Amino acid sequence: MRQIKIDPITRLEGHGKIDIFLNDDGEVANTYFQIPELRGFEQFCVGRPVEELPRITTRICGVCPEAHHMASAKACDAVFHVDPPPTAKKLRQLLYNVFFAGDHTLHFYALGGPDFIVGPTAPAAERNILGVVKKVGLEVGGKVIEMRKRTQEVLKTLGGKQTHQVTSLPGGVSKGITSEEAKHIEEHCLWFVEFGKFTLQAFNDIVLKNQQYVDLILSDAFSHKTYYMGLVDEQNRVNFYDGKVRVVDPDGKEFVKYSPSEYLENIAEEVEPWTYLKFPFLKKVGWKGLVDGKDSGVYRATPLSRLNASDGMPTPLAQAEYEKMYSTLGGKPVHATLATHWARVIELLSAAEMALDLVRDPEITGTNIRTIPTEIPTEGVGIVEAPRGTLTHHYTTDAKGMVTKVNLIVGTTNNYAPISMSINKAARGLIKKGQEVTEGTLNMIEMAFRAYDPCFGCATHALPGRRPFILRIRDKDGEILKEINRC
Amino acid sequence: MAFEPKIIGFLCNWCSYTGADLAGVSRIKSAPNVRIIRTMCSGRVDPAFILKAFQLGADGVIVMGCHLGDCHYQEGNYKTIRRLPFLRRLVKGFGIDPRRLRLEWVSASEGDKFALLVNEMTEEIRSLGPLKLSVHHEIQQPVAHH
Amino acid sequence: MAKPKLGLYWAASCGGCEIAVLDIHEKILDVAAAFDIVFWPVALDFKYSDVRAMEDKSIDLCLFNGSIRNSENAEIAHMMRAKSKVLVAFGSCALEGGIPGLANLTTKDAIWNYVYKESPSTVTKNGGTYPQTHSMMPEGSIDIPEMWETVKSLDQVVDVDYYVPGCPPQPEQIWGVIEYILSGKPLPAKGAVLGATDKTCCDECLRERKEKKLKKFFRPFEIQTDPNECLLDQGIVCMGPATRSGCGALCTKANVPCRGCYGPPPNVTDQGAKMVSALSSIIDAQDPQEIESILDQIVDPMGTFYRFSLAHSILRRVEKS
Repeated sequence: MRQIKIDPITRLEGHGKIDIFLNDDGEVANTYFQIPELRGFEQFCVGRPVEELPRITTRICGVCPEAHHMASAKACDAVFHVDPPPTAKKLRQLLYNVFFAGDHTLHFYALGGPDFIVGPTAPAAERNILGVVKKVGLEVGGKVIEMRKRTQEVLKTLGGKQTHQVTSLPGGVSKGITSEEAKHIEEHCLWFVEFGKFTLQAFNDIVLKNQQYVDLILSDAFSHKTYYMGLVDEQNRVNFYDGKVRVVDPDGKEFVKYSPSEYLENIAEEVEPWTYLKFPFLKKVGWKGLVDGKDSGVYRATPLSRLNASDGMPTPLAQAEYEKMYSTLGGKPVHATLATHWARVIELLSAAEMALDLVRDPEITGTNIRTIPTEIPTEGVGIVEAPRGTLTHHYTTDAKGMVTKVNLIVGTTNNYAPISMSINKAARGLIKKGQEVTEGTLNMIEMAFRAYDPCFGCATHALPGRRPFILRIRDKDGEILKEINRC
Repeated sequence: MAFEPKIIGFLCNWCSYTGADLAGVSRIKSAPNVRIIRTMCSGRVDPAFILKAFQLGADGVIVMGCHLGDCHYQEGNYKTIRRLPFLRRLVKGFGIDPRRLRLEWVSASEGDKFALLVNEMTEEIRSLGPLKLSVHHEIQQPVAHH
Repeated sequence: MAKPKLGLYWAASCGGCEIAVLDIHEKILDVAAAFDIVFWPVALDFKYSDVRAMEDKSIDLCLFNGSIRNSENAEIAHMMRAKSKVLVAFGSCALEGGIPGLANLTTKDAIWNYVYKESPSTVTKNGGTYPQTHSMMPEGSIDIPEMWETVKSLDQVVDVDYYVPGCPPQPEQIWGVIEYILSGKPLPAKGAVLGATDKTCCDECLRERKEKKLKKFFRPFEIQTDPNECLLDQGIVCMGPATRSGCGALCTKANVPCRGCYGPPPNVTDQGAKMVSALSSIIDAQDPQEIESILDQIVDPMGTFYRFSLAHSILRRVEKS
């Protein structure tokens, strides 16, 4: 048995490694996708004042701190049974949609996108944002950088800091915006919508017009029939910030729709001894292992899942693109993992449109931005869609609001089983008997996880342990000759 | 070998150190376990000194100052009277028995009180046992293993 | 002439420091033009084996973020130290343990038990399954790193040349450091803190400060605050007095208190001790009982004063009972 290791996986957030076992014929016997890290947020948040969690949990992930900040803020509101004023909610949503557009930009151009833009088997030194800039030219590269610059500026205005926002409190936000700031943000949002359109055009020109890529997207090696999950509003349209969690089965039929407080009735996590990350699955279907199908509780929570689980987009330009995608790919639901990249850029446009609507709302410059909580804090659940999937923060506190229990089900964690399956299937599809396994082949296997835009910093918020020991060897006088420290 | 507590005593120059001196001159017997560090005022004792004492192997720390109202610098001991209970909460938070940190007022004429406190604290720490902290081992090996 | 080589690595990190580097925006192209980036897992496809194959001291500059949480973090820290001429502890986690360092407030047994058994969504079969560092699968053996009992900072594991504080370091400061290095000017003495200034956060905060005499403290959600008055004056615990300047006091500008992410000020080894000192000076009480009841209003001093710096504090971790 030959063992190939990919260590570490690259162009994603977080740590991971892939082991591929080849039998004597050179075919894939099995693959293992292991997550090597854990930090322990669920435990070390116990004992903290709950209002600090929106600032602590952002450090689960510095790429999507906004997602944790918002889920945490909503969980805090629920803990205190307090409803923020309308302006506060709109400010949070504005921040959130701008973040979404920026984050999807980062993924498409710097993380997952280079595989398509530069080519999946291009030399490793080219397969990155710098190679993208070289390939598409400085003008286009400059546009991507400008997109990030503008989104980060808005995030700093609304969130206090670009990375690791600080402005959400139980009951609202700590700072509002002036009409001058709103005007400035509106200019940015107009630019974001144009950039969204530009990116969709780029996707069309670079990916959809390239038959090789289209074949890759539609290939069986990169396809799974699973359940799909996403937040939807009352009309079952995609909503990143609020709503109910809707799950559809592999045929696209609604399986369940639950509100945040009901998440434990629907999601459970399976433990495997060979990795630090747990595998969430649909409780009502059951854990059948890393397999596809209606009888397997494996589900996906990704941009593609959100589009699959919804009846449409909440904004007009994105809705048109949604319809185009499904008509091109043969109807709903779409099972092609790599189509997630397409869904992602549609969401980018939608987020930009949403942000523009929000900043134009007259209430956005309101001065009533906080409701002081008056009820005794108890327990609450906050759910948002992180760019990478449905994010659940569940807090329990004592009567003083000091945290007694935390449970987190994080965006990418939802997808651990499907990612493992995608890697396995891609490896089997790409590594053929008698063919050499090149660095390019291995990168194409990595593409199977990159479509999910994984965030393993997010996924690995928890922490196991090990017993430390110190071994001291002493001579007959008790002097230490040697010490082995395993702390 | 029986456990001999190592206690660090921060004594203010004007009252408590003089009180300790008086105990010595009066030949009042007291346990030898308190190592004295003289500061000009109990208010000079930075909480970091106390944590450092624990880090370096002290089993107990006692801070002695002038009685309230008698501080040579007027207000120094008023800072101390807030700092020590506050620090004690951190010490407890680190998992160290809070009885290992004491604050007492000893005037220049209270040699007998000084001796009493030294003996009392030595016995209390003796019954609590040596303070073992993971950091003790860490700082002996500043660059960690593979 | 060959370009100097640059490496960026993340240990137990959230990725925020990487994003902060990207937040120098178009200047990233200047960095790419000036350096040969030889290792940067978030953005580039070079693997550990590529770095292992490099000569010692062939990487001119390594920006290492993230704390040391497990055996892999430590192994790569040693590797990057060997391969790099200059190793920088980049960001709060590498400098002082950061927020992952809060795990030093609890124990591995407690965490292990919660995550793999007690958590309400976790399925426990046969008393529970725990991850193992070595697993023998039908096809062969696979491993995962061993988690350490205690989170460490980078300099508790390897020799560090410079420190850049912040969670994350602010992009303008990052560019300032890179620009300085590219200028060719002589580097400061080893061990220097770069990308920050040498006062406290209060120095950069624009709020108006008055003489402080506090009899009551409030938690940030309990009251509406005046946007121009010092937060500490209003009874909100703010870490400004015990935090190094350099961030621009962004949090107080956003109407929330500082939580200390730029680490302790110059010449301060322990943020907790310093904050105890600072707050004790402004508490307006002399009666021991009144003092205790005021202190009761400062909730969670351990998790607030040591939010970022616990692993690098004097005592570093909580002892197990």
